[in-house]
Amino acid sequence: MSIEVRIPTILRTFTGGAKAVHGDGATLLQVIDDVEARHPGLKERLVEEHGLRRFVNVYVNDEDVRFAGGLQAPTADGDVVVVLPAVAGG
Amino acid sequence: MLKIARSHVDAMISHARADHPDEACGVIIGAAGSDQPTRLVQMINADRSPTFFRFDPAEQFRLYQEMDANDEEIIVVYHSHTATEAYPSRTDISLAAEPQAHYVLVSTAESGNQDGPVEIRSYRILDRVVTEEEIEITE
Repeated sequence: MSIEVRIPTILRTFTGGAKAVHGDGATLLQVIDDVEARHPGLKERLVEEHGLRRFVNVYVNDEDVRFAGGLQAPTADGDVVVVLPAVAGG
Repeated sequence: MLKIARSHVDAMISHARADHPDEACGVIIGAAGSDQPTRLVQMINADRSPTFFRFDPAEQFRLYQEMDANDEEIIVVYHSHTATEAYPSRTDISLAAEPQAHYVLVSTAESGNQDGPVEIRSYRILDRVVTEEEIEITE
């Protein structure tokens, strides 16, 4: 398992406290599904019916996936995925 | 309790007044696990709105990279309310995603851009529960 996925504090309840987990996949969605298999509940916090959740930012190798195909953003061995919840409010 | 320097309190209030009528927003970061706010960073409100704020994602990511490199974390998330009280709104509560942070609200409802009464209060927001806390200002 060769893609590192860095998990923000608020989602570490799904990873037993781990700051990073590993997964495989050729797209961000495949990596999320792979990680979900070992850490159930995480996917639902990231993905909704139409794609990535609105207030979640995801970067693959420092690039915002919203500019790289969203959940279809390509991923490969050695990539680093960073999940950053938006800081927002009203 | 939030222990914070007078200079940081003044900076958050100045920022809120300057950006009124838009909501101002920013963070105070510090060493990871220290609960000590050290460095204030004003953030762009990408929504540029009198009723919403959102950190510009690219700016937030750069901040994250810096903090990661320096073993720092967000200690305070602050933003202003321009027409309502300095209390977390339903949106603030549902979107609060930094469990270790103190959430500081500044209200410019009374004086706007002018020097004049301003409200500043601090809260913890954990699992959608808001708990107000005291602010201890160090000179």
